[in-house]
Amino acid sequence: MKYLKEYRNREATERVLREIENTCRGTWNIMEVCGGQTHGLVKNGILDMLPENIRMIHGPGCPVCVTPVSLIDKAVELLSQGAIVCSFGDMIRVPGTEMSLLEAKARGGDLRVLYSPLEAVNVAKKNPDKEVVFFAVGFETTAPANALSLLHAEKEGLNNYSLLVSHVLVPPAIEAILDDEFNTINAFLGAGHVCAIMGYREYYPLVKKYQIPIVITGFEPLDLVQGIWMAVKQLEEGRCEVENQYTRVVREGGNRKAIEVIREVFEVGDREWRGIGMIPNSGYRIKDKYRDFDAENKFGIDHIQVSESPDCIAGQILRGLKKPKDCSQFGKGCTPMNPLGAPMVSSEGACSAYYNYSRSEV
Amino acid sequence: MKKTDSGFEAINLGHGSGGVMTRDLLDQVIFRILGNELLDKKHDGSVVQFEGPMAVSTDSFVVSPIFFKGGNIGELAVHGTVNDVAMCGAVPKYLSLAFIVEEGLDMKEFVEIVESVKRAADKSGVQIITGDTKVVERGKGDKIFINTTGFGEVHPRANIAVKNIREGDIILVNGPIAQHGMAIMSEREGLEFESAIVSDSTNLNDLVLKLLDEFGDKIHFLRDPTRGGLASVLSEIAVDAKVGIEIFEEQLPLEKQVAAACEMLGLDPLYVANEGLFAVFVDPEIEQEVLELMRHEASGQLATRVGEVTSTHRGKVVLHSEIGGKRIVTPLIGEQLPRIC
Repeated sequence: MKYLKEYRNREATERVLREIENTCRGTWNIMEVCGGQTHGLVKNGILDMLPENIRMIHGPGCPVCVTPVSLIDKAVELLSQGAIVCSFGDMIRVPGTEMSLLEAKARGGDLRVLYSPLEAVNVAKKNPDKEVVFFAVGFETTAPANALSLLHAEKEGLNNYSLLVSHVLVPPAIEAILDDEFNTINAFLGAGHVCAIMGYREYYPLVKKYQIPIVITGFEPLDLVQGIWMAVKQLEEGRCEVENQYTRVVREGGNRKAIEVIREVFEVGDREWRGIGMIPNSGYRIKDKYRDFDAENKFGIDHIQVSESPDCIAGQILRGLKKPKDCSQFGKGCTPMNPLGAPMVSSEGACSAYYNYSRSEV
Repeated sequence: MKKTDSGFEAINLGHGSGGVMTRDLLDQVIFRILGNELLDKKHDGSVVQFEGPMAVSTDSFVVSPIFFKGGNIGELAVHGTVNDVAMCGAVPKYLSLAFIVEEGLDMKEFVEIVESVKRAADKSGVQIITGDTKVVERGKGDKIFINTTGFGEVHPRANIAVKNIREGDIILVNGPIAQHGMAIMSEREGLEFESAIVSDSTNLNDLVLKLLDEFGDKIHFLRDPTRGGLASVLSEIAVDAKVGIEIFEEQLPLEKQVAAACEMLGLDPLYVANEGLFAVFVDPEIEQEVLELMRHEASGQLATRVGEVTSTHRGKVVLHSEIGGKRIVTPLIGEQLPRIC
């Protein structure tokens, strides 16, 4: 694996931190969109190394956190109906109305934790007498592989494979945050992996409309401080541009093949975001021509009634209005063992980052 | 079919009946492979003599898959318990061995597991002195579970206790972390990936004995971080000993392959299981000598310092990140799960 040591280099990181200190005059709120970036900031202790007048605000880019409860409940229902449900690992501890997928497994559900949706197609092939459902959550990053699994299943003539889809998109989420009347964000760090797929042309209109800098940023410590530095420079110089810090991975036009696969299978539609609500044109749904592979269409699972803990402030945390430590339940009524909301158990959730890496100040 | 395979291709319920089939299985597999003067008496149990204080430890082994790169459940069941006894500052002498076998387990696999129990016991210098074999219906187990209990003589110069850990102690480990967990992970269904990562499963009692012979009570504490990894064990120790622990990310020994696999799956190697790793808390004045001794032994060639004990932030482990930041290291909560992206 290349480019790990280089981007975890202490001297280089310290050099950039000094540049930030020298450049920064104003007080700036910068939102890192992606939960992976939140974890990178907290895990490496970067938040405490930044000047005090730079405030990092943690964004909604945790796919597990924004997957609606109703979808988890539907996956639980499918397990109880005897389907094999395949899921990414960090989805399975997230609380549903009655229970999480992990609890459903303990009650006899056939839940498989997979690393790739293509593996789920193999499960379907090996179990022709069972329905196999892949829980297709994620931002644009996971969409190509999920779409590809559907195309593989079609090619193989599998009629026991389907996707339970909760795909969300970054640009509409940024727009929803900026339209919020309590919004205080001055600049964004764009999610590097999302842009590796989609490129960053769709951010040009956002920068223009909202007059806000967006810096596409990677995930290693040096990436993060460089992204912050580029954002601070723009702010101090009064510029509002889309800049790309993550040039070793991200191209302006993204990954053409991946985008083609997405467009073949998915179309943009309205999506509910857990904790935030309905955002127009903010997600993918399966196109009509592939409706036989859409689990929501295939199984009668629309009757599900959902409810969530009224004490959970995940919605405000996901919109950057509150920090995990502002929550009265943080570390008390809500822990990874007994979570009230998704951000406490997702590997990209802000609450989990704070709980695991900085529960009490060092 | 060889006579030594007890005439069956797979274990069936009859092998656990307590009747003739059980007797045959014991004679033709267990006693044939593991026999020694105590076991050969075929009594309900064995009587042994201990001179001084005795250390006892028990553990159950349920690993899946049962065969993995670098070992199998049989040797793991010996190493795991032998190491736990050694961590008490004792010299392991005897083991009990109990199998719970799921109906249908391939007889060849069973024989192979018993044979590796024997090899691991010989290498560790312990005798199997009592045992049990039960068979459960298909679906009521997962191929084979093993429980072992170990008995050891406490070393006359050992004084291993959490209360002996004090400010200034240096924390050393005998080799790279996260090997076992990642070896298993790479063979789990749905996660299989090509890798040459081999489990670190091994017995540590020889090395521990040398440390105790040489340094006695200057070895303040020993612990093998198996499930939950180094992070969980150090967090527990910080709380129990009421001390602060500082570890340094750049000092953590991590093989390239393991680091890459952890990156790929989004796992933190500090929380990944080990089976041949131990952390030793030593008086700072003997740090170099201990390292030197460890590095001359097969199971300690890559021994290194990972951290130290402080009197600040008592009850907590603080990690100094590679880039110079700090964070708290907390114990593992549930199972570590591969991430979404």
